[in-house]
Amino acid sequence: MTFTVKFFARLREELGTAEVQVALADVTTLAQLKPFLIGQHPHWQTALERNLLLAVNQHLVTDDVTLQAGDEVALLPPVTGG
Amino acid sequence: MIHIAVQAADFSVQQEYDRICADNSADGAVVFFVGRVRDLNAGEAVYAMTLEHYPGMTEQSLLAIVSEAQARWPLSRVRVIHRVGQLAPADQIVFVATASPHREAAFAGAQFIMDWLKTRAPIWKKETTERGEHWLQAKTSDADKAEQW
Repeated sequence: MTFTVKFFARLREELGTAEVQVALADVTTLAQLKPFLIGQHPHWQTALERNLLLAVNQHLVTDDVTLQAGDEVALLPPVTGG
Repeated sequence: MIHIAVQAADFSVQQEYDRICADNSADGAVVFFVGRVRDLNAGEAVYAMTLEHYPGMTEQSLLAIVSEAQARWPLSRVRVIHRVGQLAPADQIVFVATASPHREAAFAGAQFIMDWLKTRAPIWKKETTERGEHWLQAKTSDADKAEQW
């Protein structure tokens, strides 16, 4: 039982990976995700503590969310399109 | 009628204008905006620009922004095209067109869509300048403009 976490743009380059799988046994809510990832990869701390947008299943979210198997979470740097 | 496209290919403003006008005698106003790659940004010469996006979410996000615009103004037709991939100075990046019976809604709708697109659509620009490659930083002035609506 896992969910996917995707990284984009500058964040993807800084972390050196486009996505990771996380077990629901380790992380059950969105608020727990960054601390867990930093615990697993201490050198990700600076990049993950920058201002980031969060999306769950391709929708921006601002509140905490309970995650489910198969969810697609994304960590997005502030956007600069247009 | 809504058309949304995220694509590497260039677009033709004439073709887009023809499409928004086709079989449409109800709309007396058509407004369009084209965003282009500048050759100078913050005093640095720009050689190239690469646009990355979040496939799937970008299209959903643009659709949600256009739907919000249509809830606020009577926009009969809206067309949004955003290019991704590698672009050069003077290339077209983004196209927004709105059609409405009267101009106030068409102007306001086009500006609203651009302002929200710049702060909500998951698209990122990386510039290659004389000093190398870097990701553009989000501007607080863009966030302020989006907040105004």
